[in-house]
Amino acid sequence: MKGLSLFLGCVIPNRYPGIEMATKLCLAKMDIDCVELKGASCCPAPGLFRSFDKASWLALAARNIVLSEEMDRDILTICNGCFSTLADANSILKNDTILREQTNGHLAKTGREFKGNIDIRHIIEYLYTEMGPDEIRNHVERPLNIRVAVHYGCHLLKPSRERGLGSFERPEFFDELVECLGATSVNYPDKNECCGAGGGVRSALKEDSLKLAKHKLSRIKDAGIDCIVNACPFCHMQFDTGQEEIRQITGIEYNIPILHYTQLLGLALGFSPRMLGINLNVITDNQFIEKIENGQ
Amino acid sequence: MPETITTDAEILERMKAACKDTLKCMQCGVCSGSCPSGRHTALNIRRIVRKATRTTDILKDEQLWMCTTCYNCQERCPRDIDIVDVVFKLRAIAVHEGIMLPEHVKVSELLLEYGHAVPIDEDRRKQRAELGLDELPQTVHSHPNDLDEVKALLESCGFDRIRDNRNESVSGKETG
Repeated sequence: MKGLSLFLGCVIPNRYPGIEMATKLCLAKMDIDCVELKGASCCPAPGLFRSFDKASWLALAARNIVLSEEMDRDILTICNGCFSTLADANSILKNDTILREQTNGHLAKTGREFKGNIDIRHIIEYLYTEMGPDEIRNHVERPLNIRVAVHYGCHLLKPSRERGLGSFERPEFFDELVECLGATSVNYPDKNECCGAGGGVRSALKEDSLKLAKHKLSRIKDAGIDCIVNACPFCHMQFDTGQEEIRQITGIEYNIPILHYTQLLGLALGFSPRMLGINLNVITDNQFIEKIENGQ
Repeated sequence: MPETITTDAEILERMKAACKDTLKCMQCGVCSGSCPSGRHTALNIRRIVRKATRTTDILKDEQLWMCTTCYNCQERCPRDIDIVDVVFKLRAIAVHEGIMLPEHVKVSELLLEYGHAVPIDEDRRKQRAELGLDELPQTVHSHPNDLDEVKALLESCGFDRIRDNRNESVSGKETG
């Protein structure tokens, strides 16, 4: 198995840098071979740029993949959108000769070439497949006695034909990764529904997009949980920043802490909430942070 | 990008070629029943599939941009139609005809200028420093030569013309 290069994307480094820090701390602590992927750009975002123009979407995705090919490392994504774009583009370029020639025609102007010799990983499926819940449990220094609403996010699982991670209707692997940290994954209605952010909906039609987020937040609130855990910074932003936007529109306050899985894992590995940037969310819940720090 | 004016009939021909998979559709409605956006917004994905090869009206309909690309419809379609791919293709035809939502033009400008759809801001620079990260991430933000490559690729693909070619706005009306 190849080593990894960390693909940051846009939202994590430029809006939720705590997730970047949490990822780096966790990877180092668990001794996973992963280096920075220097000079990468936007993946580019699947719902936006894939919708606008396939040729430029493929060209930029190909360049990001090639940067990692040149280091002979697989790409590690920590965002469902980046995973969707890079995994789909990688597969298209490996299998479609005509599109690969066209894309390499553009890449030649930068002196690069897509060769098709690496894989694209997502940190959730990577941790589950390569380490598994039992091995991760051995790293836990602070078991988390909390109730968690797991939100998979659409593009981690779908299209299932391409992702190959099993049924999208009732997946369990992410829940297992949460429970091996001592937490309880709480079931709730419409658990696998979309957060509403993808497809360019949040960027252009925000009020429509927030209707989907509000629906999920209300279902989750009713389930009685301590936090929502996601695998994607765009879902993270939709639930965190979105809670404040929903409050401004409707007056409803959910006050639910939102954590990326790497931040939850970081807590279990013994890092402080502040080191993991959990205090940098729009929604900050001191009770939640106290509960973690005081060992419940 | 079209250099000459295209007629409605020519656009419809492109839609038919791109979306011929939708001819397998039997209008069962599993897609709409599975659609989380359609639960809360005006989106009727079954109707978009129905019209994909029949009328250019949908290219100007805001519904086309209410799909979050969650793939539920595609996963459950009993006729195995790649419905999200149909949405992508219809959107691309619309964009190439100059039909684009204003916020999507802005995001495209950000990509063209910074290589990021969501570039860094001052607050996050400070947050990064406080966390112990580099103030700028090790992306194109820290590597100007790489940003030049991204710009060269976007120019090579003609992406800047998509932004400059806008000629029509999207309407919020129903497709009927």
